[in-house]
Amino acid sequence: MKYDIVIIGGGPAGLAAGKAAKQAGADSILILERDHELGGILNQCIHNGFGLHTFKEELTGPEYAERFIDKVCELGIEYKLNTMVMHIEKNKRVVAMNSSDGMFSIEAKSIILAMGCRERPRGSLNIAGYRPAGIFSAGTAQRLVNIEGFMTGREVVILGSGDIGLIMARRMTLEGAKVKAVAELMPYSGGLKRNIVQCLDDYGIPLKLSHTVVDIRGKERVTGVTIAEVDENFKPIAGTEEDFDCDTLLLSVGLIPENELSKEIGIEMNPVTNGPLVNDRLETSCEGVFACGNVLHVHDLVDYVSEEAALAGKNAARYVKKGSGAKAEQNITIEGKNGVRYTVPSTVNPELMEDFVTVRFRVGGVYKDRYISVKLDGEEIIRRKRPVMAPSEMEDIKLHKAKLCEKPEAKSITISIEEG
Amino acid sequence: MKKRTLTCISCPLGCQVTAEINKGEIVSVTGNTCKRGDVYARKELTNPTRIVTSTVEVIGGESSRLPVKTRTDIPKSMIFDCILALKGLKVKAPLKVGDVVLENVCGTGVDIIATKTIKTF
Repeated sequence: MKYDIVIIGGGPAGLAAGKAAKQAGADSILILERDHELGGILNQCIHNGFGLHTFKEELTGPEYAERFIDKVCELGIEYKLNTMVMHIEKNKRVVAMNSSDGMFSIEAKSIILAMGCRERPRGSLNIAGYRPAGIFSAGTAQRLVNIEGFMTGREVVILGSGDIGLIMARRMTLEGAKVKAVAELMPYSGGLKRNIVQCLDDYGIPLKLSHTVVDIRGKERVTGVTIAEVDENFKPIAGTEEDFDCDTLLLSVGLIPENELSKEIGIEMNPVTNGPLVNDRLETSCEGVFACGNVLHVHDLVDYVSEEAALAGKNAARYVKKGSGAKAEQNITIEGKNGVRYTVPSTVNPELMEDFVTVRFRVGGVYKDRYISVKLDGEEIIRRKRPVMAPSEMEDIKLHKAKLCEKPEAKSITISIEEG
Repeated sequence: MKKRTLTCISCPLGCQVTAEINKGEIVSVTGNTCKRGDVYARKELTNPTRIVTSTVEVIGGESSRLPVKTRTDIPKSMIFDCILALKGLKVKAPLKVGDVVLENVCGTGVDIIATKTIKTF
């Protein structure tokens, strides 16, 4: 089997990448999806709030997915469902398997990594206590409730204020459960503000910042948890323990990009995002292999995933037609400093770049009335005021080609947060 | 003069919007960075509404649950009544996005519609 572009993952990133690659003139594209349907995580995100940027209307997850799936089908893009990619090679051979084709390999000219992410499990949290039934990651509970149609419990405590946990707090409440509290280790929420308002405030669910679960009780099934306040070093403060009777504990404590395949071919990784390092074309350190969506860095909004993935798709199509054409020495490095934890991309090529490149990044704490400062070899080229910045809300800034070309010898860009 | 501070949810920015209320009348809205913030605060304090989403049982479909939503927003006070009206509701596949699953839910004048296409099994 031979294809111009193989896309690994048929979620929002893979679909948008496929659509854009086809529209940019790539002929043969194959999407490989391990689930029994396209759409990825959007299928279980039955709540509304998707698509405000992309479609200028508010859609639910399945509706948003279906718009892209329809487009992919209309464009005649091929896909294989129930198919697991086992292995990829540097020469862009993809080895996959499913129950109808068995094990098979595909020669691709370009690969787009769009595998998404998975949830951090209990095992990585070091919570004391038994291992009873009733402890779910928020996304697992979401799938059970929204797709399988099972309730996961009646009295719920949620650890972590990530968006999925907040959405599930509302969902479980609507389905008749009592959500007693959401405990968040950090002094700020891990989820979007609108989810705090619409999922917790609307239903009177307390959000306990700087709190964590210190004990889980119950042998067969969870019977309760103990929550305590933590100090600035995240150590529980003695005497602040509070017991909650519950049969369910949901964990919404972070997402991890699923990069086993990327690591297999030695792609250079960013230790902050756990995703590949990419240039402004979203190409990884392995030529012709692109990455987009949550496998690259975890997003808050699917609209931005679609936008980013479209860029990866377009560039993969260009790579198939014209090859890379990039010279490493033309690259300007982009680095986050003073509160900017990471940037995507991490290099930009002024020669090859589009008219502008959107740099996305996250900050390390909550900042009020600060400036985002972009410096090209030490000289400030952009200064933007931001009333509020928080780790849970991804920031972006546009770098314009014209500006970068004014300094052809420049080697580095830094993005930092500054006062006044 | 009373003050109420809300987080605007019209977009992901989440502006902190403060409304001044005098004898039940909203006199001013500040802190918003676009006009949607003004509209949101006035609406949220006088007639709060939400789009409600849930699932209903599917008979003979590729999947057993159909995700649904209210076509437009309904009064916030009607959320639980709306959810209750969906309990026990069964629909037959095939279904496509936008199909009406339940008309005029709880007398709100708003239909419940399918948000996913489900083929027959």
